[in-house]
Amino acid sequence: MKFKARTFDDAPNVLEIENLTVRLSGNEKAAPVLDGVSLTIRQGETVCLVGESGSGKSVTSLSVMGLLPRGALEATGGRIGLEGRNLLELGPQAMRDMRAQKISMIFQEPMTALNPVMRVGEQIEEVLNTHTKLSAREKKARVLDIMNQVHLPDVERIYRSYPHQLSGGQRQRIMIAMALILEPQLLIADEPTTALDVTTQQQILSLIAELQEKHGTAVLFITHDMGVVAEIADTVHVMKLGRIVEHAPVEELLRRPREEYTRQLLQAVPSLTPRAARDTPEGAPVLSVNSLQKIYGAHGVFKRTEPTKAATDVNFTIPRGRTLGIVGESGSGKSTVARCIMRLIDPTKGEIRVADQEIATLSRRALRPLRRHIQIVFQDPFRSLNPRWTIGRSLVEGPLNMGTDRKAALERARELLKLVGLPDDAVDRYPHQFSGGQRQRIAIARAIAMEPDVLVADEAVSALDVSVQAQVLDLLDELQKKLGIAILFITHDLRVAAQICDEVVVMQHGRVVEHDSAANVLAAPKHAYTRALIEAAPGRQWDFANFRELESV
Amino acid sequence: MAASPQPASRMQWLFGAIALPQGWRLGAGPIIAAIVLVIIILLAAFAPLIVPHDPMAIDALQRLKGPSETYPLGTDAYGRDVLSRVITGGQVSLFIGISAAIVSVLIGLLIGLVSGFFRLADAIIMRIMDSLMAIPSILLAIALVALNGPSIWSVMGAITIPEIPRVVRLVRSVVLSAREEPYVEAAIALGSSMPKILWQHLMPNTLAPLIVQGTYICASAILTEAILSFLGAGVSTEIPTWGNIMAEGRVYFQLKPSLIFWPGLMLSLCILSINLLGDTARDMLDPRLKKREG
Repeated sequence: MKFKARTFDDAPNVLEIENLTVRLSGNEKAAPVLDGVSLTIRQGETVCLVGESGSGKSVTSLSVMGLLPRGALEATGGRIGLEGRNLLELGPQAMRDMRAQKISMIFQEPMTALNPVMRVGEQIEEVLNTHTKLSAREKKARVLDIMNQVHLPDVERIYRSYPHQLSGGQRQRIMIAMALILEPQLLIADEPTTALDVTTQQQILSLIAELQEKHGTAVLFITHDMGVVAEIADTVHVMKLGRIVEHAPVEELLRRPREEYTRQLLQAVPSLTPRAARDTPEGAPVLSVNSLQKIYGAHGVFKRTEPTKAATDVNFTIPRGRTLGIVGESGSGKSTVARCIMRLIDPTKGEIRVADQEIATLSRRALRPLRRHIQIVFQDPFRSLNPRWTIGRSLVEGPLNMGTDRKAALERARELLKLVGLPDDAVDRYPHQFSGGQRQRIAIARAIAMEPDVLVADEAVSALDVSVQAQVLDLLDELQKKLGIAILFITHDLRVAAQICDEVVVMQHGRVVEHDSAANVLAAPKHAYTRALIEAAPGRQWDFANFRELESV
Repeated sequence: MAASPQPASRMQWLFGAIALPQGWRLGAGPIIAAIVLVIIILLAAFAPLIVPHDPMAIDALQRLKGPSETYPLGTDAYGRDVLSRVITGGQVSLFIGISAAIVSVLIGLLIGLVSGFFRLADAIIMRIMDSLMAIPSILLAIALVALNGPSIWSVMGAITIPEIPRVVRLVRSVVLSAREEPYVEAAIALGSSMPKILWQHLMPNTLAPLIVQGTYICASAILTEAILSFLGAGVSTEIPTWGNIMAEGRVYFQLKPSLIFWPGLMLSLCILSINLLGDTARDMLDPRLKKREG
């Protein structure tokens, strides 16, 4: 693994944060949100801020931008120095001038950070309108120049495009162009690649690195992904509960972490080495999918559009007690397959056999009693539980539908909560009283309550912090051992797939391009797309958990 | 987000995950509005016990008298006590307002739930609703009154029918966004039946916006009733309602403007209070509007 090893001893400081303290407005007693954060970024340096959700990464970046939500958070102490001025003392007007000219920011979600009703060229130009006095022709030339620099194709056309006409990666390039057009000294990137596919992520990361080299911009990069850190960081700061617990040059931190917390964080990063192979158990498969197809029809009165083939000719089987992963980028059809199998949408063609019953063509009513054989856990733990229902009520919903009596179902709900590692008095509480990881455990308990043969996990750990992710994966593994459930695990993350899957199906454009044991897919990929996916996985030569290079690569 | 320590409140069912900001306090406006409205409602409810005179009693000798000790607000063209009539007039107005709100919200809720969840039903129902929305309530009222004669039920129908599509649209929009929520899909996967999902998972989402919508319907129904009565297409003329009193007072406006002033004042106060309370309810129940203030 090649880390960045540039030295910045001679470089001038661009940003100096000293002892920054941020508190909840009007609440002196509550623990501070940021507690004495100090951090320096030198010219041309990339500083990564890592930490789990709630550690204060984003609050730090918002403080620098002067964008703390008014009335909710306020900086109560410390100093943010940029060019010898303390940003905390600037008025709103002076702060507006600082933004874009000296500091700029790119956000996580390129879909929502752009105005949908304005051409992207005009949006970039708006930055120039606000901060410079250039003629129309000069402005356009400058916009096209920066669009070329971020490697957008056919810039004249894209200049006139609206955001919805561009891909996620292109939109993020527009955001970067907008952020860098005034050549700020400091660029803050808040999880800029989290919403992108791995291959796009790789391109955006190298673009940021390239532009940084060219303009000498200092970059404050916020991420939770250690792989990304290994790829781009010069210096890493680890945050926990509003404090910086450790900071060091990237290689130093990954090889010799000093703090226990940093170790835990690194050890939780799933390894790309596949799990040890398990024997396929005897007996008929519990789920078999045969030439499954889903076509989204093109009904239009005025326009005849080509139907979209979301999934074509998908075949696989899962034996009892084993896990099959479906891996692919967004739009590959992996979620379509999961939703067809759950019959949340109706497949166009093909067979789905669960518990020796063909369910692809059953009517909804006939299907209802069979639902108990196959259950699903969704990605977003904040939306998959009804916020108005107590946990107990959510847990017994399924069993009650199947005819279990309420008292027995509630009794079972308490047992299930213990099984997934939650106190059994949680039955009387509401979802908002639990963290994301706890809610995902509840969602798993709800699925398990039906005693299913197959559990579909649709990106079930993607929204969780790595350490929580590891716990939930362990829980799934443990439940599989105890109850012999087969798991269909849908994910975009090869690392996660390597940890839990016995077999992996790789999908692209609605087709299965590779299907083999996890070891074969990850170690000896046959299809070019699988290879591209593996190569794009950030930090893939590094064994985070053992603080050293991976031997096999 | 850390687990919050406070125990689950009883209001959880209505508000969902929305937590009212700590130290939430009502401004003076809503409190005054609530007091005014309670007074108007109490006056109307206990009108027979309160009124100094029979509101229907005609006394030819006391026509168009000014305020006096026996008639604090004077008398009208038939010698009836204006104060008694204004107090009693609230009965019909409030009854129509409140029951129009309840009836249109209930019917709209049922139709909206079905329309939001079933594609085929949606296509048919919404076209019917579109055509209902094209009927002006005043014309509908005149038609109904012409058919059935002037009665409180004709007026109710004329006010309620055009309101239903608005409620249906509101409920449908809430259901359309809520049905995409993973917890609804999870309920499908758990084998819950459609009526159960509609009623237990989706319906509670519509309650908060419906309460707000209900107050607006109530206010507009009272206003429409007054307009209809004023035009002579409402409740039969001898029954006192604010609209009827004003309609009769219109003829003597130059001679005795107070005949229009007092029922008009009651009507305005009533509408203003209901709308103010509706706005307050919306601010409390819709967290999105709250956030924008900051």
